Amino acid sequence: MEHRLPVPVPEQYLPALRAGDVILLSGTIYTARDAAHARFADLLARGEPLPVPKGACIYYAGPCPAAPGEVIGPCGPTTSKRMDAYTPALVDYGIRQFIGKGARSAAVNASMSGRAVHFAATGGAGMLYATRITACEPVAFEDLGAEAVYRLTVEDFPAVVSFDLSGNDVYALAVNRK
Amino acid sequence: MRIIEAASLVEPVRRLCLRACCDLPADVENALVVAREAEQEGGAARSVLTQLIENARLARQKQRPICQDTGMSVVFADVGREVFIQGDLSAAVDEGVRLAYTEGYLRKSVLDPLTRVNTGDNTPAVLHVRFVEGDRIHLIVAPKGFGSENMSRVTMLSPSAGVEGILHCIVSAVRDAGASACPPVVVGVGVGGTMESCALLAKRQLLRPLGEPAARKDVADIEREALLRINALGGGPMGLGGATSALAVHAAAEPTHIAGLPVAVNMQCHACRHASEEV
Repeated sequence: MEHRLPVPVPEQYLPALRAGDVILLSGTIYTARDAAHARFADLLARGEPLPVPKGACIYYAGPCPAAPGEVIGPCGPTTSKRMDAYTPALVDYGIRQFIGKGARSAAVNASMSGRAVHFAATGGAGMLYATRITACEPVAFEDLGAEAVYRLTVEDFPAVVSFDLSGNDVYALAVNRK
Repeated sequence: MRIIEAASLVEPVRRLCLRACCDLPADVENALVVAREAEQEGGAARSVLTQLIENARLARQKQRPICQDTGMSVVFADVGREVFIQGDLSAAVDEGVRLAYTEGYLRKSVLDPLTRVNTGDNTPAVLHVRFVEGDRIHLIVAPKGFGSENMSRVTMLSPSAGVEGILHCIVSAVRDAGASACPPVVVGVGVGGTMESCALLAKRQLLRPLGEPAARKDVADIEREALLRINALGGGPMGLGGATSALAVHAAAEPTHIAGLPVAVNMQCHACRHASEEV
């Protein structure tokens, strides 16, 4: 059973999400991966605002360039763990929803617990995701190319709740079940 | 002696880069279809595999990449002993890669490791040349994504560790990789040789027909046992829980030193991409 949800997921819906829920997201998300996160950290260190609004959903992704006639090239998730060093500061800043793939560190889970959720997108399904993105607009750090921050409009973007507000982690549940 | 102009290899390399990125080999796609049947209706694992199969079909139909990580271009050139390559093979391979990635709208993922400044065209390729019988060149292009490459490792075991030690290396590498390597993975294993030769041996195993056992019985036994143990971990597709964490384990062994037992585990995501052509 797939649940259709707006994204960013309204705060009042977050407590109902459970690790393992299969969801389809429609709305607005912002891409940011390694290089953009390093710049976020610099901005926060200087007390400056981020190019991503508080309350937004960040998608760890770096797309292929769009071919003629495309909104965006293939655009699946990258490994969330590489952004671990930056994530607690972003949660403190007000980012409460992340989309990526794979488990986070204990420190990130602790910082997200009760405050933020993580959604797992399907790694390697980049072409499928491209068909669920209806608009793409660069927002910041355009010099970074694929690693720039893009605002994406998504429709029925498939994901799985991997870390819920109660601190349940689908990756830990998967290997402990056996 | 057959003379091949290096420049004549640019076009085949360009073509192979694009084909490898966009066209998932049929044996891999079939394995995903088989894996889906083992997963529970309505569960996350089945949903993931359904998406991956649809994704592969979309990519092939539109001739666009399966995955946005179009990888570092690993190129294998098996050069016939009777061939004389006139010109710069390495420059020709890089030119083929450059054309595919710039004109083909693929992601350029290659950069300087320290400055992190992107080279802008996905070059240089990683080129492995070896000499074989004949008067032809066999080219294989295998774009390697780094979600899985990052989870690969070389372990220099003590000979006393034996087969059990080898199995532990393989299974723990897959367990520790979790969802980062994009399971269900294909696991390339190289046993023996030296530190660097076992790593290359492991990578070459990723090019084999999926699930075809090694010719050596003792090696095939390791493959089978490792696959059983990996799929008993329960991680499943994208680590969300399920029956298939790996589609196949492909291993090979080569002679090593009396003091050593090197084991390389090269992790490959489910997009086990490669394309080949004879010139």
